[in-house]
Amino acid sequence: MIRSDWRGRGHPAYWAFLLHRLSGILLALFLPLHFLALGQALAREDALDALLAWTERPLVKLSEIVLVFLLAAHLAGGLRLLVVEFAGWRRESDKAIIAAAAGAAAFCALIYALNLI
Amino acid sequence: MNGTALTNGSTMRGPDKLLRVSVWRGGAGGRFKSYEVPRQDSQTVLDVVTWIQRRVDSSLAYRFACRVGMCGSCAMTVNGIPRWTCRAHVARVAADDRLEIAPLANLPIVRDLVVDMSEFFDKWARAKGRFVPTAKRRDDFARVRPSSPARRAADAAIECIGCAVCYAACDVVAWNPAYLGPAALNRAWTLVRDERDGAHRERLAAVAGDAGCHACHTHTLCAERCPARLSPTASIAGLKRATALAALRGEL
Amino acid sequence: MSARTETRVWAAQRASAAVLALCVAVHLATLIVAVHGGLSAAAILGRTRGSPAWAAFYTLFVVAVAIHAPLGLRTIAAEWLAWKSRTADIACTAVGIILLVLGIRAVVAVTL
Repeated sequence: MIRSDWRGRGHPAYWAFLLHRLSGILLALFLPLHFLALGQALAREDALDALLAWTERPLVKLSEIVLVFLLAAHLAGGLRLLVVEFAGWRRESDKAIIAAAAGAAAFCALIYALNLI
Repeated sequence: MNGTALTNGSTMRGPDKLLRVSVWRGGAGGRFKSYEVPRQDSQTVLDVVTWIQRRVDSSLAYRFACRVGMCGSCAMTVNGIPRWTCRAHVARVAADDRLEIAPLANLPIVRDLVVDMSEFFDKWARAKGRFVPTAKRRDDFARVRPSSPARRAADAAIECIGCAVCYAACDVVAWNPAYLGPAALNRAWTLVRDERDGAHRERLAAVAGDAGCHACHTHTLCAERCPARLSPTASIAGLKRATALAALRGEL
Repeated sequence: MSARTETRVWAAQRASAAVLALCVAVHLATLIVAVHGGLSAAAILGRTRGSPAWAAFYTLFVVAVAIHAPLGLRTIAAEWLAWKSRTADIACTAVGIILLVLGIRAVVAVTL
């Protein structure tokens, strides 16, 4: 059988799905590391401080901003799905909701980034 | 005589614009074959396929019937997108005078541009997409208010002609072989909202689960592609609510 | 799984999502405020140590995530890896248990 390809997958709702799924995967991979890092405080406060010092590196800070974006995007996309599934999907308003979700996620990441400086 | 020599040996007079058309030939193990087709005004992709079959290769297999956009028989993949070829104007869909015509995706290929629609309709039946009457011969007609929310919801989704464009467009159909698909679920929704129907409980059981409405991820490829501008996305979301409510009440 | 069970799985995913919506919103706000003051163990633990409120909040957060993440991964495994079997379900449950254990450990670490 013929398989559909990338053509015809350029509409906003498809990007929304892709971002939601990929952000979910990346967050799921990040979470155990996050829990392990926080668990360091069980040992001594210094252990956590040592880890936090490591996170001061620019590449890590950049990853943090990306992670905040992914978290905010997954939240915003998820809220859209809750609305679609429990209040209904409307063709006319879907694009606006997607734009609002993307905007909110970018805004969160920006605020975080600005607070890092 | 002035004219453009075509690959099939005939000469074309008049405007010498040519379309470069790639058409799938053969079964699953087939390949694309190239043709040159004269371009005309108001030409549809179905016109192009017909031209090839009549003038170049009479063995080209394809389906069509009404050719005016109401039967859905001529659905094929045009430049990667499933469309009704009788309504796909070459001027709109062919960039750089190139066309790639393939059979519908997600369905077994019989030959060339013809797919086996059995699975599509089997899933329709499995989703209980059939009205189950309750009225008896001597009963009065059912009085259904057209403005009632239930009837308006059913009417919004009722115009499906079973062309399988949405089924061909859906990623979940490609990833999940058991998935009933947007058309079957959309039809089931119209019956869930039909107050005359007598199989509500069985139908909700039929459309629930990983092979049913719960597998939809709102890609909205179905609503994007539906030539009748239906929204299976909305219907499937409705099924999610209906099945959740039934599960809550212990009716599922 | 029966259609009824699969419906319940879907409902659990959405219910945990709703809880996470609130938790993540609070967490994002906390992150932004926290990082503004500079990130240090003292700053983080000063806020969370000995606080029953934070303990309750983060425990709820961890439980919701331990339900939500595995169910999401299960769907992805079925669709993109064609992995759909009892073994896949067991693997996803295992992921949930790991997240729960590591998560509760982290909550204990920062709130006790």
